[in-house]
Amino acid sequence: MSRLSVAKTYKIYIGGKFPRTESGRYFPLHDGQGHVIANICRGSRKDFRNAVVAARKAQPGWAGASAYLRGQIIYRIAEMLEGRREQFIAELKQQGLTASAAEKEVDAAIDRLIYYAGWADKYQQVFSAVNPVSSSHFNFSVLEPTGVVGVLAPDDTSLLGLVSNVAPCIVGGNTCVVLASESKPLCAVSFAEVLHSSDVPAGVVNILTGYREELTGQFASHMDVNAIVYCDGSKKVATAIQTAAADNIKRVVSRVNTDWAKDKAQDPYLIKQTQEVKTTWHPIGS
Amino acid sequence: MGSANVTTLPTAGRLPDLSRVPAVDEVGVNERVARFQSRSIKAKAKIDGLKLTLAMIDLTTLEGQDTPGKVRQLCQKAIHLHDSMPGLPHVAAVCVYPTMVSVAKESLKGHDINIASVATAFPSGMSSLDIKLNDTRIAVEAGANEIDMVISRGAFLAGDYQHVFDEIVAVKEACGDAHLKVILETGELGTLDRVRRASELAMHAGADFIKTSTGKIQPAATMQVTLTMLQAIRDYYYETGRMVGMKPAGGISSAKLALHYLVMLQETLGNAWMTPEWFRFGASSLANDVLMQLKKQETGVYQSPDYFSKD
Repeated sequence: MSRLSVAKTYKIYIGGKFPRTESGRYFPLHDGQGHVIANICRGSRKDFRNAVVAARKAQPGWAGASAYLRGQIIYRIAEMLEGRREQFIAELKQQGLTASAAEKEVDAAIDRLIYYAGWADKYQQVFSAVNPVSSSHFNFSVLEPTGVVGVLAPDDTSLLGLVSNVAPCIVGGNTCVVLASESKPLCAVSFAEVLHSSDVPAGVVNILTGYREELTGQFASHMDVNAIVYCDGSKKVATAIQTAAADNIKRVVSRVNTDWAKDKAQDPYLIKQTQEVKTTWHPIGS
Repeated sequence: MGSANVTTLPTAGRLPDLSRVPAVDEVGVNERVARFQSRSIKAKAKIDGLKLTLAMIDLTTLEGQDTPGKVRQLCQKAIHLHDSMPGLPHVAAVCVYPTMVSVAKESLKGHDINIASVATAFPSGMSSLDIKLNDTRIAVEAGANEIDMVISRGAFLAGDYQHVFDEIVAVKEACGDAHLKVILETGELGTLDRVRRASELAMHAGADFIKTSTGKIQPAATMQVTLTMLQAIRDYYYETGRMVGMKPAGGISSAKLALHYLVMLQETLGNAWMTPEWFRFGASSLANDVLMQLKKQETGVYQSPDYFSKD
């Protein structure tokens, strides 16, 4: 007897939970032949607001975790992703990739996590400095996480682009709210399940799906978001993001036109882009 | 609703027969509370509700670590909620320990903000009547015009209702002109039936307000106990014609929840109680959340606590 297949409900990820969108809205996702693959949550501004609250709550604890522990946890994400390789390859194929391209993308995503896991306890000493000053002060600069980061993940990749932007953000002690690719959202939701089983504390990564046009303005204007990372969009969109971000002087990071499959798309400077430099003037004897 | 000036107590000094107090239908209360939370309050109504919430707040600090500086800061917050938004009301009162009343009085000089003080061996109430009365008198003499007393839960739970009743009557007398709020500490009473009984007892003993909690015990205020107490107030009003105020305290920290309470108040007691004279929120972090919501209504942009002064 043939059995009924169990279709997966793709939900969003907020504060370590998988709710449906509070708005109750969905949009169908189609494959190349026009068949519906899944119904995707069309996240609302209230979902985004809730996600920011969760991210804010999680931020001090995550920033306070030791660099070593953060590295271990990100390494753990890679392990979990490795274990679910086949699922991600299947999802990428559903979203139009060839088998070999899908395999390549999943492998690259796993390797990218390992790369940033390794940087967790190293970027600080690379970017920090003892500064020569002409007064009797011991002067040094260290990095501190910017805080809550809004990440508009690139639209053209389902998994790799998202991982490539989330990993450098959280490795430095930030928490984030991510808007997944609108045209290829499947892997983002499954990646949330990977995060959920990887000892990543609730609220450190929150993942929404929905319409780019509807939510970009919310990401840019929210006063409790400290930085925004975007990877797509026209000059007009960029201007709108930067204008709205100016209200609370958000750090704005543009990663437009990046080929995330390339090795040079991974870089410790991506960690630094969502860090603040704190310089201390410590008086010493004359 | 009737006049707010009925002050004579038809049954003052007499403990009512608490066995005749109606039982509370817990399932019904839960369903009713769920209904209140489904009301949609938008636009102008929301702004009005938020402003009313601000005006009803008893801005509270009741910590062993309170210093005169902390109390002055709280008073500043009470006077200047958020000066960049003109037209905001000020809070109803600040609520502090008796030793801090004089500091609050000095800081609030010239402002129409009440000073509430907890008394009677707050928060446990585990002391002799003499000490409780002295505690009350000290707070009143220092300038408190509202006293938040606690009932003796141990005596109440042991069934010694007369003892609890007599204590409230004595403290009410010691208050003089100061308003008396009676804290039932519902988190320690256990059932809604006991909450209802304690409410009736306190009102008959002369309470001007009944209040859910000290904030030191979990659960503190819930919508279920507040509804039960509001129903007791309503029935007491029908019976005696005297209005009694209500103060949920502890755990109400979001503007949304505060609006749910206002809906419950309006639908249980009506418009006559929808003023700071008859309803208060005992809270410390609620004010900033309400301010953030008001600012969100004004600008359309979600706000951050970073831009609001601490209380």
